[in-house]
Amino acid sequence: MAQAIREVYGNVLTELGEQNKDIVVLDADLSGSTKSKVFGQKFPDRFFNMGIAESNMVATAAGLSTTGKIPFVNTFTVFLTTLGLIATRAQVCYGNLNVKLGGAYCGMSDALDGATHHATEDMAAMRALPNMTLLVPSDATSTRWATEYAAKTWGPFYLRLSRDVYPDLYAPDYKFECGKGAIVRDGNDVTVIACGLLVHKAIEAANELEKKGVSVRVVDMYSVKPIDRELILKCAEETGAIVTAEEHNIYGGLGSAVSEVLAWAGAGVPTEFVGIRDTFTESAPYAQLLAKYGVDANGVAAGIEKALTRKK
Amino acid sequence: MPLTNERAEELAEQCRQFRVDVLTAIHGAQSGHPGGSLSVCEILTLLYQELMNVDAKRPDDPDRDRLVLCKGHAAPMLYRNLIEKGFLPADSMATLRKLDSQLQGHPSIHTPGVEMPSGPLGIGLSAAQGMALGLKLNGSPARVYAVLGDGELNEGAVWEAAMSAPKFGLDNLTAIVDWNKVQLDGTTDEIMPIRDLPAKWSAFGWNVVRCDGHDLQALCSAVELARATKGVPTVIIADTIKGKGVSFMEGKAAWHGKAISDEDYAKAMAELGGDR
Ligand SMILES: Cc1ncc(C[n+]2csc(CCOP(=O)(O)OP(=O)(O)O)c2C)c(N)n1
Repeated sequence: MAQAIREVYGNVLTELGEQNKDIVVLDADLSGSTKSKVFGQKFPDRFFNMGIAESNMVATAAGLSTTGKIPFVNTFTVFLTTLGLIATRAQVCYGNLNVKLGGAYCGMSDALDGATHHATEDMAAMRALPNMTLLVPSDATSTRWATEYAAKTWGPFYLRLSRDVYPDLYAPDYKFECGKGAIVRDGNDVTVIACGLLVHKAIEAANELEKKGVSVRVVDMYSVKPIDRELILKCAEETGAIVTAEEHNIYGGLGSAVSEVLAWAGAGVPTEFVGIRDTFTESAPYAQLLAKYGVDANGVAAGIEKALTRKK
Repeated sequence: MPLTNERAEELAEQCRQFRVDVLTAIHGAQSGHPGGSLSVCEILTLLYQELMNVDAKRPDDPDRDRLVLCKGHAAPMLYRNLIEKGFLPADSMATLRKLDSQLQGHPSIHTPGVEMPSGPLGIGLSAAQGMALGLKLNGSPARVYAVLGDGELNEGAVWEAAMSAPKFGLDNLTAIVDWNKVQLDGTTDEIMPIRDLPAKWSAFGWNVVRCDGHDLQALCSAVELARATKGVPTVIIADTIKGKGVSFMEGKAAWHGKAISDEDYAKAMAELGGDR
């Protein structure tokens, strides 16, 4: 099965709202899109549509959190992590407040709206904030886990969510852990460390390359911060080459996080970075954008081949 | 000078055709924002086709008038106007939101005739203010128009510019609010009540003119009042209808940003006389 990440998120949030009366939800005139509306319809008293006012929204959430509430803040990823950034930095993170940010349309998933609506640097900003936990779900089950985990764990969280439909990846009882990644496909020639949509593209690429006799390991790094240091080092050692893959600028996101770990440990191996290559994107149907900007299965496969050539 | 009856009729016919062409492009892309493109039709058409000093042959003329479409999601209506002015090829409407198109979902400064990128709401008026400040320093007679949505007024930054523009005496700046009373999740009353909008601007020190935003003659007088006003910026509060011209879209938040089905497209064309 496959499910839209935003739908799963909206439904889980509503279930959580039933269990915990302290959960409150905010949105900035996009509740129909982010699916926070599902919560809003069920619990109108605990739902605040702030209008098109992201800075106001995040700062309001900061205040709410000091009264024992657990605010979940929603809008398009790009507006949340830009207009909402000052309150996220100065209040939520500096204050280490119990605020949960849901960035609804990550990467290029709001494809047709174009560059102004794509979020391709949000992880760089969120990852650089002390106290922030950054989770990137890659299917319905991990979306459920990330949302539930954020609700029950103190502190600032950023959930990188998508408008898109992702295939199922995990069994419903899979045991996720914050600070861990998961080997979702084993292999020994090279490891692709991916998050979100790119986990699926990496698996596709791996299956294609298997026909050519290449054995590709795929790691879902659903916890980008904190990151699974041990797993990264183990993959570098066991497969001798790394490819990172993300729907984000190659600067500042998952690729940077992985290379920091490798460099720190002095464990560098040939590494390739699949992502948006420091450029602004454009409007088009989603699949065409993923292809043009090199973040589809072909893009990952190209990265793998380059890494393998360098490994020899 | 008021529009002659003849000219008013010509512009009205242009507006009808632009509505047809814009909906055709949005239908073709199966994505876009019909409601807010239709409500801003007369505002953009009057400015571009009648009042603004812009010339596609001299796109870098330092004394050209500028327009910032702060509510960037109404881009198709801007593009249609730019086509009419010769900035873009006539057949480019069909490429809206397609790969490698000049017509991005939201305005890009790389598109001829577009003066400032927009799409994220709330920051356009400030950019227009910057243009107005610079033009004044240059001693240029050029005027700057900023076209805002009413939902966009939820953004605090709008009010930062509302406070600063009178301080700088920017009488070369005109803000126009497309007051269609509807935003995205619902009506402005439901999502963020605006209350007394003219009084708000007036309290910030603006010259306030209110008019029917679909009445070309009234809009024209409003812009002329703005031009004649010295020492302070003017805001034109234009009463409009979201989705204006297509009965089943009018006043409906559901038509803010929705793909148009073939069936609805045919109905809309019939109402607008699309095949005329
Ligand atoms: C900063 C920002 N937040 C959210 C959005 C998403 N958005 C696009 S249009 C819109 C509603 C705009 O309403 P209004 O300004 O009244 O426009 P109009 O009705 O004239 O189309 C929203 C919330 C955005 N483009 N920018």
